[in-house]
Amino acid sequence: MSLLDYFKKSKASSASLAKERLQILVAHERSSRNQPSYLPQLQKELLEVIRKYVNVEQDAISVNFEQNDTQETLELNIVLPEHQTKIS
Amino acid sequence: MARIIVVTSGKGGVGKTTTSAAIAMGLAKKGHKTAVIDFDVGLRNLDLIMGCERRVVYDFVNVINGEATLNQALIRDKNCNLLYILPASQTRDKDALSQEGVGKILDELKKDFKYIVCDSPAGIEKGAHLAMYFADDAFIVTNPEVSSVRDSDRMLGILSSKSRRAEQNEEPIREYLLLSRYSPDRVKLGEMLSVDDVQEILSLHLLGVIPESKSVLNASNSGTPVILDEKSDAGQAYADIVARYLGEDRPHRFIDEKKGLFGKLFGGK
Repeated sequence: MSLLDYFKKSKASSASLAKERLQILVAHERSSRNQPSYLPQLQKELLEVIRKYVNVEQDAISVNFEQNDTQETLELNIVLPEHQTKIS
Repeated sequence: MARIIVVTSGKGGVGKTTTSAAIAMGLAKKGHKTAVIDFDVGLRNLDLIMGCERRVVYDFVNVINGEATLNQALIRDKNCNLLYILPASQTRDKDALSQEGVGKILDELKKDFKYIVCDSPAGIEKGAHLAMYFADDAFIVTNPEVSSVRDSDRMLGILSSKSRRAEQNEEPIREYLLLSRYSPDRVKLGEMLSVDDVQEILSLHLLGVIPESKSVLNASNSGTPVILDEKSDAGQAYADIVARYLGEDRPHRFIDEKKGLFGKLFGGK
């Protein structure tokens, strides 16, 4: 590596930033690519039902669909608030 | 057996038509009878890049509608008698192309041609869908730039789920990466995604790197596919790509920057 390269690489390059952002984005988009189309609607309706009982945030629910050769898994994850106030 | 190649990208302006013209010419120059079809209905430009815009009488949609025969619509290239161009229609009717109509034309072309190159329009609408639907091979033209890489990945998803081969559970479309408008100097400075970066993100087989080159504009100005400019870097890059596609083993070029005297003295390596 030459002396010039040393100065060039001293700050984080915009290309490495681009790569990092793309890797995250592409991984995310690929994982949602094979999901069934009803998933967003399912997520929305589940949230409505849960909110009748527990005061959760909009993003408290994650619905994940995974597929391998033998089975399909629907994973539902609900994060409850730390001090939940029951709706009486 | 004829092979159908789609040249696609998702994003516009990355070099699909330039690439379609260059590789179709390259395949024909290698002795294979080749047809190149413009799928960009309403915005045809392949004719202009191939320099046959004044010889267009009938087009793709005329043939689908039975208003002309395929032989009437096909334009023989002025530089190579094994190359034929099927121009797109300038109609504004978005539904002018039908899957059935396109399928029939491709079947007819397959009897007579070795390679059929489909120049896809940008986007993921009907024209782009039909351009890739019947493909055996896909050339993904990508620029080393975030939006282009993302759109290419999206196209890969569509190729693997919405194509004829995918729907009929056949062997999947063979996908190749063509990285265009590449500037090794800017990669060196950390200003541009490198070929390794793009390959890592898309995990595609690299068919070739086409450097950012003045010769591309010169070629389109005069209506001659850039591959005919044998002295130019882009022309040579496309010639390599065609040779690799046909099975020749050629080392990759245009990935490292050209070193000037200053670079040779101080660049080291």
